Amino acid sequence: MLPNDPLANVLYVDLTKKRSWVERREDLFGKYFGGAGVAIQLLTENCPAGMEPLAPEAPIVLATGPLEGLFPLGSKTVAMFKSPHTGNLGESHAGGRSAVAIRMSGIGAIVITGANTNPGYLSIEEGKAYFRDATTLWGMSSSVTAGRIIRQNESSAGLRSIMRIGRAGENLVTYADVSTETYRHFGRLGMGAVFGSKKLKAVVVSGNRTLEVADKVAYRALYDEINTAAVSSPVMKKYHDLGTAENIQPLSALGGLPTRNVQAGCFESAEAISGEHYAEHYLGRRLACSHCPVACIHIAALREPYQDEAYYYKTTMISYDYEPIYALGSMLGLSNPEQVLSLMNEVETLGLDAMSAGVCLAWATEAMEKGLVTEQDTGGLKLEFGKADGYVAGVEAITSRSNEFWKILGRGVDAAAARYGGADFAMAFGGNEMPGYHTGPAGYLGFMLGARHSHLDNAGYAIDQKELTKGLIPAEQLAQKLMDEERWRQVLSSLTVCFFARGIYTPELTLRALAAAGYNLTAEQLAETADDIYRAKFAFKLANGFGFDKLTIPQRVFETPAVVSGFDEAYMRRAIAFAAGQLASPRA
Amino acid sequence: MRLSVIDAERCTGCQICMFACTRRLGYAGMGKTAIHIKSVGGMEHGLSVVVCRACEDPPCAKVCPEDALVLRKGGGVLLDPSKCTGCGLCRQACIVSAIFWDKEAEKPIICVHCGYCAKYCPHGVLALEERREEVSNAAK
Repeated sequence: MLPNDPLANVLYVDLTKKRSWVERREDLFGKYFGGAGVAIQLLTENCPAGMEPLAPEAPIVLATGPLEGLFPLGSKTVAMFKSPHTGNLGESHAGGRSAVAIRMSGIGAIVITGANTNPGYLSIEEGKAYFRDATTLWGMSSSVTAGRIIRQNESSAGLRSIMRIGRAGENLVTYADVSTETYRHFGRLGMGAVFGSKKLKAVVVSGNRTLEVADKVAYRALYDEINTAAVSSPVMKKYHDLGTAENIQPLSALGGLPTRNVQAGCFESAEAISGEHYAEHYLGRRLACSHCPVACIHIAALREPYQDEAYYYKTTMISYDYEPIYALGSMLGLSNPEQVLSLMNEVETLGLDAMSAGVCLAWATEAMEKGLVTEQDTGGLKLEFGKADGYVAGVEAITSRSNEFWKILGRGVDAAAARYGGADFAMAFGGNEMPGYHTGPAGYLGFMLGARHSHLDNAGYAIDQKELTKGLIPAEQLAQKLMDEERWRQVLSSLTVCFFARGIYTPELTLRALAAAGYNLTAEQLAETADDIYRAKFAFKLANGFGFDKLTIPQRVFETPAVVSGFDEAYMRRAIAFAAGQLASPRA
Repeated sequence: MRLSVIDAERCTGCQICMFACTRRLGYAGMGKTAIHIKSVGGMEHGLSVVVCRACEDPPCAKVCPEDALVLRKGGGVLLDPSKCTGCGLCRQACIVSAIFWDKEAEKPIICVHCGYCAKYCPHGVLALEERREEVSNAAK
């Protein structure tokens, strides 16, 4: 890295003692770049094995990388924490303005430990922490309103990020999210509950500065090369035009869109909740993360009449994407696009992870159909596929933890199935509710073998669609492919480049971009660092209770025809055993 | 020629113009940036582009006690940093808040209307164009 790059400044904040300090960590940023690579080291240092995820001393790590502020599409912040949802590695990525704000604040990472006695929020200006009171914001019905009030109280408009929780996080729902700039999310694995356990309503980060580069002329030339590639890429155009929601209809047509708790892979109403339909009828605005020319964030304008007065309307701006449409649409059998938007808006303002919330409600609906869960359990609430009212009430019940059933459902489908039965259709992998890809063995193995049990760890769903439709490959070979992809992605998420730009940031280009930031490496050194980061994440997982042999596979995976079918549990187990052999031991 | 905001409603808030302005000088980041993008009360309600309007009779120049702001052909001002003492009066005089602060140099940052940012705007929000008056004068 370049000498004196502020990236290596780590801001440590102790909420209990209301103390903060900065340490230069060139040892970490020099070797692991930033993002995931640095965050896993900071997490491991500050979270010894066995620490309770919601203990006051449990750390929240937010890290950005060397390409932030330098190149387009460097726009992600990597959050790491011990997940209250799975009990092992919590890792979640978000964009918005978070990454650039952290970098412009003159720091590369933030480590927050301790807990507030009274609700508070943290304001980080130019790398310095200020402790603010948030008593009045605690319990506020909408996280969007809380964000607005913080916005009005803080300076540096346009140069800041506001990461905040909703009531779900305050109430310690283990899949509560942290949202940033209203519409981007550290969605998965429950960082919202970790914030909530610390009585930390929000973290605001702001700052502005110039950053040095290794060679000014070469930097500008490389910038133009990356920018031209980004604005002319067909993949980027696709994300700009319809956004990720473009995938709803194609996946449904292939049989890969999870529908009614994966009782089907084709949704008969896919057209009504498709990216095309939303863009034509509801798209009100597109937004971009900082330094991204694509602008994939699609915001619908939903105009609804009040029932009690004629010609009286409210218009709500609601962010939509493929994943929430799947989880709160097809997975629940909802075919009315406006009802799906309304449910998404509820989930947004409560501060729940959309995927886990949708999968939990889908499981609960099927459990009610099968008589495993009754209206007595749900407090009189009847959940039926296709009926939106029950789901709006359901997300509120999960958030307010209104009785024993909803409390358990607020810990995820595995917890609920352990209590009520129905494990065969509890659609979680490694303890994390599934993303929207019923594509086949690579997709499901990807969820299980990925360090954060996300489709983004290794894009197994793409292997199903592109390769396995031609025929299955040996299980070991498939596991290897998934691991190779995940290993490379450690580089992107350490730099920290948006995965949508993975086609642009090839290893060759990545080495040149790193050189502009003062890192001179060979391809072999880069691959070795990627492997180190990948293994460090699994070392943390394994030290905190994760086991390849503990992975369970709901039978539903094998029962409902997928894009690629004809695989069985033995095939999956062979792949898992191969990955365990590779990852549970040090590099040979 | 001056920088014009063609249509702020097309702005996605990507801030690529802001990065371009500082990169023009060979740096990364946004510390030397003369154009800012802010939400109008939450990004969902839209964005505003804050940049010098190239006044022909600029209030900022009038209040400068050191004559460090020289009238620019085509409107706006050019800063003579050797004369500027960093008093900041020019910022107060700008009613659209388009004079920013270089905290590294302790001097104001004012758009020079070079159009470098407009070249990078991916969504057609910005353009370098002749003032309407210039166009009509040329037609005479």
